Amino acid sequence: MGEITCPVPLGDGGRILLAHGGGGRLTRDLVERIFLPAFRNDTLAALHDSAVLERPPGRLAFTTDSFVVHPLFFPGGDVGKLAVTGTVNDLAMSGARPLYLSLGFILEEGLAVDDLVRVVASVRAAAEAAAVSVVAGDTKVVERGKGDGVFITSAGVGIVEARRPVAPTEVRAGDAVLVSGPVGQHGVAVLAVRDGLAFASPILSDCASVVGPALALLASGIDVHCMRDPTRGGVATVLNEIAAQARCEIAVHESAIPVGEDVAGACEVLGLDPLYVACEGRFLAFVPVGDADRALEVLRARPETAQASRIGTVRQGGTPGLVVLKTKAGGERVLDLLSGEQLPRIC
Amino acid sequence: MKYLDEYRDGATAQRYAETLRAVVTRPWTLMEVCGGQTHSIVRYGIDEMLPPGVTLIHGPGCPVCVTPVGILDRAFRIARQPGVIFTSFGDMLRVPGTRDDLLHVRAEGGDVRVVYSPLDAVAIAEREPERQVVFLAVGFETTAPANAMAVRLAAKKRLTNFTVLLAQVRVPPALEAILAASGCRVQAFLAAGHVCTVMGTAEYGPLCAAYHVPVVVTGFEPLDLLQGITMAVRQLEEGRSEVEIQYRRSVRPEGNAHARAAIEEVFEITDRDWRGLGRIPRSGFALRATYAAFDAERRFPDSEPLAPEDPACLAGLVLQGRLRPQECPAFGTRCTPDHPLGAPMVSSEGACAAYHLYRRRTAARPAPAGAA
Amino acid sequence: MCLGVPGEILACHPGPGGLRYGTVRFGAADREVCLAYVPEAKVGDFVIVHVGLALTVLSREDAEETFSYLEEMEQLSELGREADALEREEVP
Repeated sequence: MGEITCPVPLGDGGRILLAHGGGGRLTRDLVERIFLPAFRNDTLAALHDSAVLERPPGRLAFTTDSFVVHPLFFPGGDVGKLAVTGTVNDLAMSGARPLYLSLGFILEEGLAVDDLVRVVASVRAAAEAAAVSVVAGDTKVVERGKGDGVFITSAGVGIVEARRPVAPTEVRAGDAVLVSGPVGQHGVAVLAVRDGLAFASPILSDCASVVGPALALLASGIDVHCMRDPTRGGVATVLNEIAAQARCEIAVHESAIPVGEDVAGACEVLGLDPLYVACEGRFLAFVPVGDADRALEVLRARPETAQASRIGTVRQGGTPGLVVLKTKAGGERVLDLLSGEQLPRIC
Repeated sequence: MKYLDEYRDGATAQRYAETLRAVVTRPWTLMEVCGGQTHSIVRYGIDEMLPPGVTLIHGPGCPVCVTPVGILDRAFRIARQPGVIFTSFGDMLRVPGTRDDLLHVRAEGGDVRVVYSPLDAVAIAEREPERQVVFLAVGFETTAPANAMAVRLAAKKRLTNFTVLLAQVRVPPALEAILAASGCRVQAFLAAGHVCTVMGTAEYGPLCAAYHVPVVVTGFEPLDLLQGITMAVRQLEEGRSEVEIQYRRSVRPEGNAHARAAIEEVFEITDRDWRGLGRIPRSGFALRATYAAFDAERRFPDSEPLAPEDPACLAGLVLQGRLRPQECPAFGTRCTPDHPLGAPMVSSEGACAAYHLYRRRTAARPAPAGAA
Repeated sequence: MCLGVPGEILACHPGPGGLRYGTVRFGAADREVCLAYVPEAKVGDFVIVHVGLALTVLSREDAEETFSYLEEMEQLSELGREADALEREEVP
């Protein structure tokens, strides 16, 4: 497959210059030497003003996102991988199979070309793993100090495979709440680099596509009511969002929520609650309680969701929008939204 | 995690709650001193597991919260100065002064950096000899050994660009002030486990004797708190008023001699103003003359008069345990972690912050008469 | 801040400023901790760590006491209930 051989003849010791965003020859070189070989598809290679695509029958799912993570590279991923997984995961949460992505890059003058090559290689690898094509893109360059290395904005399109709507409005009293794996990994992995925490074995971000498990769940015939991936603000934030949108009360058990020992230890030291720490490769699923066991079987059969667990229930009656946590110590309390920004630039 | 998870076990907590039920024959009011204990109580719902009649009042155990707002303003003025790297613990960033906070200072161009340890601030000073590094040394006796170590290290390395802005306070005088105040309802204390890990328990004996209050030095996890409460209630039921240690895996009666020696070497006891409690004699630490060169107040003289507290902020009453956070009229409305009126709403040990995070959605009781 | 977290000492070595440091494991997260205030601490000990410094070596024997105290209390209360039951039986 297309090896990206670095060298774009860039002056100034292999760094991105303002001229790379100017639309002229340097821009063309950048596209032809770095971006095109990475994505190797005819649509992109046509280099037309827009991508003209085949559209399989069915309803479209469409999403957009921006990625400003700092630092750019962290254990388990980088901004490029995030840009793909974050986008395809959003599509999967609507019950859609991702097909096409577009990526807009804003590069900071002075960014090392090697870093850009690494990011683009990550995008390619993640796109292949998720079976999506990057069919459109754009590059701009801003002056030194006006960006932070690389910002990426994505848009993604997919075809809905779910036979029934998958959305908070479908959540019903009595539904089981499942989580696809241990939580809080991404936030801690990023903090580890920022904060200089060393680990026995490095905590890797859980940054990954959840398309496979999500579509498997839908294909198994289970009537999945809702799925959502916790990113910023962690599991607690997603539970609150769904409780509010579905106008229901959700009860979860703290001891049922899987947290890795390394993440738990890091959170104790940093004074964080793992329930509020970002994930980038997990999702919550709301299924009819009678299907909970089978849903867990489907998920646990896959290596990436081997630790899927049931964490709670949508309560009958109850206060709309309330999330209640049964704590490890046995007491109950509200699991509320945090105010303010706990961990900035986490994704 | 070992030595943490086992103290959070729900089944054992239930057993403690039932044991306590068997011991209680009358209503009792206890005060837990440390903000970390308050957070744990509210987070795990410990107070709701207690038999009716056992009431917990939250104490002034949040060193940031008890620092007068005028001192914070002074800190922020230093942080604004060009050439200064202002370092502090992370949860200080949103603590409000009269007008703003460190986050705003940073947004306006101040070099404000979060450190995990005072020793990190010394390391920054070494790496950046052209800049003046100031560390905001807020804390109880728990943090004093670390602050002392930082000053000693800076002295050993002969750093001329490192100073500490001290807001270091002592717990026993504050407890005495609470006990001496008229209308004090506290009948027993759960003393701060990590403060006593450093200082030992000698300072609490006189308090027990003078005021006939049991003092149980307690840890922070649910089982620690439940055991501490049980021990205190037993004393009350039996008419005893002694110092006991619940947190025995960490606290010894003599404390940590090395840490105390370091505190003794670097600091001397001084009077301090406490938000809500006023001036308490001998309730703080100041740098000894030998270490005066590391005093930020000397390096950055500031003659602006200290601003008064915002009357809309009832932190003083909360810190004395006379008002519960959700009884404050501003709670959750004018005062939230996003736009706090005072430190207790944003500090990681503040009672108001604990209630806002864990209890905001339970029904707020109306403010009692006389609280405003 | 009174946040003190227990961790296990994996290794000891000199650190910045000529002070004794240790690699301490919290769960499965390792961090460098200053051990200057616990000169008796050795590899394998658990220490309580606050803002990067160890404040004390955790006493394992005493750690058990929280659980043995509970058992004692439960036995006392059981004895109390038995005594009450006996009293009631004896009343004619």
